[in-house]
Amino acid sequence: MALKELSSLEKCLGLKKPNKYSTQGERKVPVLQNNNGPALVGLVTIASHLVHEAKRTELLGNSAEQRAVVQQWLEYRITRLDNCSKEEVKVILKELNQYLEDKVYLAGNSFTLADTLMYYGIHHIIMNLAVQEKEKFLNVTRWFDHIQHYPGVRHHLAPVVVLRNRVYPSGQH
Amino acid sequence: MKLFVSEGNPHCVKVLAGLEVTGVKCDVQLVSHEERVVPFLNRPVLPVLLLPSGQHLFSPNAICQYLFEVVGKEASDDGNQLLEWEATELQPAVLQALHMLMLQGKSGEAGTVLKGPLGWLEQYLSKRTTPFLTEETVAVADIVLWAALYPILSNSTFEAVVGELPSVRGWFKRVSQVPACEAAVQRVLQGKGLDALKNFLQKQPAPHIQRRDSPSSANATEMEDSELMMTEEEVEVAAQAWSKGLPDCSDSTQKKHPILPQEGKRNVLVTSALPYVNNVPHLGNIIGCVLSADVFARYGRLRGWNLLYVCGTDEYGTATENKAREEGLTPQEICDKYHAVHSSIYKWFQIDFDYFGRTTTEQQTEIAQDIFWRLHERGYLLEDVVEQLRCENCQRFLADRFVEGVCPHCKYPEARGDQCDKCGRLINAVELKEPQCKVCQQTPEIRSSKHLFLDLPKLEGELEQWLEKSMGSGDWTVNAKHITRSWLRDGLKPRCITRDLQWGTPVPHPDFSDKVFYVWFDAPIGYLSITANYTSEWEKWWKNPQQVELYNFMAKDNVPFHSVVFPCSLLGAQDNYTLVNNLVATEYLNYEDTKFSKSRGVGVFGDMAKDTGIPSDVWRFYLLYLRPEGQDSAFSWADMALKNNSELLNNLGNFINRAGMFVSKFFEGHVPEMVLQDEDKRLIAQVCWELKQYIQLLDKVRIRDALKCILNISRHGNQYIQVNEPWKKIKGGDDDRKRAGTVTGVSVNVACLLSAMLEPYMPTVSQTIRDQLQAPAHCARAMLYADRGFLCSLSAGHRIGTVSPLFQKLESEQIEALRKRFGGQQVPSSTVNSAQPKPPAAAAPAVNASVSAADPEKAKQLAAAVAKQGDKVRALKAQKAEKSVVTAEVTKLLELKKELALAEGKNPEPSLQKGKKK
Repeated sequence: MALKELSSLEKCLGLKKPNKYSTQGERKVPVLQNNNGPALVGLVTIASHLVHEAKRTELLGNSAEQRAVVQQWLEYRITRLDNCSKEEVKVILKELNQYLEDKVYLAGNSFTLADTLMYYGIHHIIMNLAVQEKEKFLNVTRWFDHIQHYPGVRHHLAPVVVLRNRVYPSGQH
Repeated sequence: MKLFVSEGNPHCVKVLAGLEVTGVKCDVQLVSHEERVVPFLNRPVLPVLLLPSGQHLFSPNAICQYLFEVVGKEASDDGNQLLEWEATELQPAVLQALHMLMLQGKSGEAGTVLKGPLGWLEQYLSKRTTPFLTEETVAVADIVLWAALYPILSNSTFEAVVGELPSVRGWFKRVSQVPACEAAVQRVLQGKGLDALKNFLQKQPAPHIQRRDSPSSANATEMEDSELMMTEEEVEVAAQAWSKGLPDCSDSTQKKHPILPQEGKRNVLVTSALPYVNNVPHLGNIIGCVLSADVFARYGRLRGWNLLYVCGTDEYGTATENKAREEGLTPQEICDKYHAVHSSIYKWFQIDFDYFGRTTTEQQTEIAQDIFWRLHERGYLLEDVVEQLRCENCQRFLADRFVEGVCPHCKYPEARGDQCDKCGRLINAVELKEPQCKVCQQTPEIRSSKHLFLDLPKLEGELEQWLEKSMGSGDWTVNAKHITRSWLRDGLKPRCITRDLQWGTPVPHPDFSDKVFYVWFDAPIGYLSITANYTSEWEKWWKNPQQVELYNFMAKDNVPFHSVVFPCSLLGAQDNYTLVNNLVATEYLNYEDTKFSKSRGVGVFGDMAKDTGIPSDVWRFYLLYLRPEGQDSAFSWADMALKNNSELLNNLGNFINRAGMFVSKFFEGHVPEMVLQDEDKRLIAQVCWELKQYIQLLDKVRIRDALKCILNISRHGNQYIQVNEPWKKIKGGDDDRKRAGTVTGVSVNVACLLSAMLEPYMPTVSQTIRDQLQAPAHCARAMLYADRGFLCSLSAGHRIGTVSPLFQKLESEQIEALRKRFGGQQVPSSTVNSAQPKPPAAAAPAVNASVSAADPEKAKQLAAAVAKQGDKVRALKAQKAEKSVVTAEVTKLLELKKELALAEGKNPEPSLQKGKKK
C-alpha cells in the first residue's frame, strides 16, 4: 500500500524518474535506497524527502508554524489512522470532522503534503461509508471530495461518489 | 504562545526539555490530565502548544520540531527518520512496557516488548561517529528519543531485562547530563521518580501494538489491491465468459423427496442443533443454528449438491415435565403445542428444512435403545451409584437445570447444575456449593441412586484419532476446535447417561427400568431418528461416511456434545455411523449490550419478529450481517435501521432499482444492445472477482463475510452508473445513446446476478428481483453451479417486467418505538410475583406520571430507608444467613430503591435490573 502511495506521490510531484522502494519488518515500512548516502526509512520521511527533491517545499508549509502543523497531521496519519481498529475509525472521523469545520485544508488555507497522505490513508474508510455516515461526517467528506479532485492527486485510487444534496434530514443525527 | 503541560506525563518531559534547550520564550501552564485543551480531539491530550496563530499543536514531536525551527535548526532527513521511528515503533512499545510494568507488574514481558526497538537503536548508535544521534551537539532527535526512553532507562527494574546496550547507555547518559534535560525531568516528576507516572498511565487506554494483519484493515487493503492489480488478461477472460451467456441448462431444480445420497454427487447432510421445545427461540437461537444452516443449505442446493437439511424439536426432559405441570397439560400435549409454535416461527423466517421433525417418536426409542445395547455389549457402559440432589418439598430428584448454586471452581454465584455460565466448566450438581431448588428455593438433600455411565476414557484414544482426521480435512470453526481441545486436555471422565425421570426415552435394561436416558445422550440421536421419520432409508445418510459429508450447525455452548460426547456414543456403537466432518459454531448474539431474557422481557423472540412489521427478509439480512462469527456481536435497533437504510435501501436496492428503471424508462422495457468497452469489461471483472470470493467464502461457511461480497458488487454497480451517467447520455447523440444502452444492459445483468447471490440470504427479495426482471428460472442455479462465473443472462431484446422498489426506509420513530417495546421496560412478572403484594398494573403508567412529580422530601426519607435496608442485607450476608431470608430482604431493598427512584423523578427500571443478575 505504502509503495503505491509513494509512486502516486512521485507522479503528483512531477518527478520524472521513479525511485526504487522496498519494505521492511512486519508492518511493511517503506525503504528508499539512496545512491548517495544511507537508505531512508518510513513513509513520512520518504515523502518529505521527495517533496524536497521536487523543489516543492511549499507543500511542507510556508512558515515554521505551518510546517509544524503539517508534521503533526503527517504523524497523526501514521500513528492514529494506519491500522486503527474499527471503533477507533469512528473516533478519528469525529475528530477530523470537528477539526475541518472551519478549514479548507488540513494546514489551513493551502494545500500541503498532509492533505495528500491523509487522503491516501483514509480512502478505504471513506469508500466504505454509507451515504448516511458520509453525511454525518460532512466536513471530512467535503474535504475528501475536494482533495480527490485536486489536480494530480487521485492516481491509484478509485473515485468515491459524494452526493452534493443531502438525503437525510439533518435533525436525525 | 503558551505551552500546556501536566504533572507525571512523560510526553511533557519531551517538550519541556526542548523548550529549555532551545531557550524559546513561552508561557508554561500546568493543568490536570483531564483538561481538554484541544477542542476537536475526543480525549484530553497533553502537552499542547498554542501557536500565535491560534492553532493547537498536540503532537509532542511536532512541538519539539517547531521549537528547534524557531531557533534556526531546520529538519533533516536523518532527524525526520528518527522522529518517525520514535512515533511509530518506539513510543507504542514504551507505553505498552510501562503499562505492563507499572500497572500489571509484569517486568519480564515488558522487557520483551522493548527488545526490538532497543536493539535497533543500539545498532544505529554503534555505527555513528558523532556523540549524539545526528550531530556533534544535541538536536531535536536526541531530545525526543531521550525523553521517550527516560522512564525505561532510568529504571533499574529494566536493567536486567533489556540487556547490555553499551552504545545506548553511553548516549543516554550524555543527554541526561544536559542541564535542560535534568530540569525537565525534575519539573514533570517532582522528584517522585517513576511513581509519578502511575496516575497518568491509569488514565490512558490500555495500549496494544497494532498489527498489519488485523482482519479489518488487512481485508480492506487486500480487496483494494486485487482490484487494482487486475491484469488486462483477467479482464478479457471475464468479459469473454460473460458474453457466452447462459448455457441451456435443463437440470431440474425441483426437489424430489425423499432425497437420498447418490453415487458421483456431492452428498451433504446438514443439521442444526435441535431447539428445546418449551422455549420460544430468540434471535440469538435463530442465527446460531437454524438460520445459519438454512443459508448454507440453500447455497448448497444452488451449487447443485445433493443436500438434505433436517432439524426438529428436542422434547424430552424435566423442563417439559415442569412446563406441563405449570400449564396443566400432559408433557405430550405441551410438546405438540410448542412444536407447532416452533414450526410457524421457522416458517415465517423462511427456513427451508427438508424435514422438521421431533424427538418424541418410536424411531427415537428404537435407535437410542439400539445404540445403548451396542454400547452395553461392547463394554462401554459402567455402573455406579450416584449421589443426586432431591428436593423433598417438590418430591422429586432435581435435574441439573433445576439446581443453582455457587460454582466450586470460580465461585460464580449463579452456576447451573450442569455447567457454570461464567467459567464454562462442567459441574456435577452435588458439587455445587449452597445448592438451591430453582422451583421452591429450598435446599435439596443428597440421595443415592444407581446409574449407567458412558466410559469416555476408554474411547478417548479412538476419539482423538478421529478428531485429528475430521478437523484436518473438514471445516471446523476456530471456537469449535478450541473448545474440543480444552475438553480433551482436561481429560475425559465417565459420563452419566441415565436419569430418574419419567418423560424420556426409557432405558431398556431391566435393572434400570424406572429410568430414562439423560437428554444429552438422547438428543443428538434425534438427528438420526428425525431422518428415520423422513425416510425409511435413513441409514443411507447416517451409516455412510464414505459418501456423506456431515455439517453440524450450533452455538458454541453445544460444541462438546457434538464433538466429544455424541461421537463417542457412535464410535463405541461400532456400526459405521456417519460422524461430523464440519462443525460450525457461532459465538453469542447479545441484545443491545445485554443478554436476551424471556423472564425480564428483554429482546426479540421468534414469535414477535413478525409483529414488528419488518419483513422476514430484512430480519434475515440483519441477523446474517452481524452473525457472531469469531466473536460475540450485539443486536441493536439503531444499527438495524442504519443497515437497512444504508446497505439495503441506498446501496443494494438503489442499484437494482435504477438498473431496472433505466431499462423500462429509456428502452421500453427491452434490454438494450451491449457493446463492451474497457470500462464495462473492468466492471465485469470486478464483479467476477467478488463472485469468486463469495463462492470461496460460502464453501468455507463464512456466511457473514460472503454477504459483504454482495454489497460490494452493488457498490461497484452504483459507482459504475454514477460515473457513466446513462440518464444524461440517453439524451445525447447516437454514440452516447449506444453507450447508455451498454451501461444499462450491463447493470441490469449485474442485478440479475445479485438476485442469484441473494437467494440464500433473502429468498423473497431474490425471487422478487427475478420476477421483476422476468429472468429465466434457472439463471440463479446456472451462475453458481460449477463455477461458471458471471454470465450475461438477460441478452439484448429480453423483455423485463414492472420494476418497483425492493426495500422501505425504517424511520427513526418507528425504530425507537420498537426499542422501547422490546427493551424490558415492562416490569417482569416474576419479580412482581415474588415481591410483596402491590398493584402490578400501576407500575408501568406510574413511571411516566411520577417523572414530572419528583418529591424531594419523600426522596430524602426513602434514601435513608434504602441505606438502612442495605446495611441490613450486608449484615445478613456477612452472617451467612439462610438464603431465603436474604432474598426476602433483598427484595425489600429493591422495592425501596424503586420507590426512591420514583420520588427522585427517575425511571426506576434500570436500577431494578442492575439488582438482578447480569
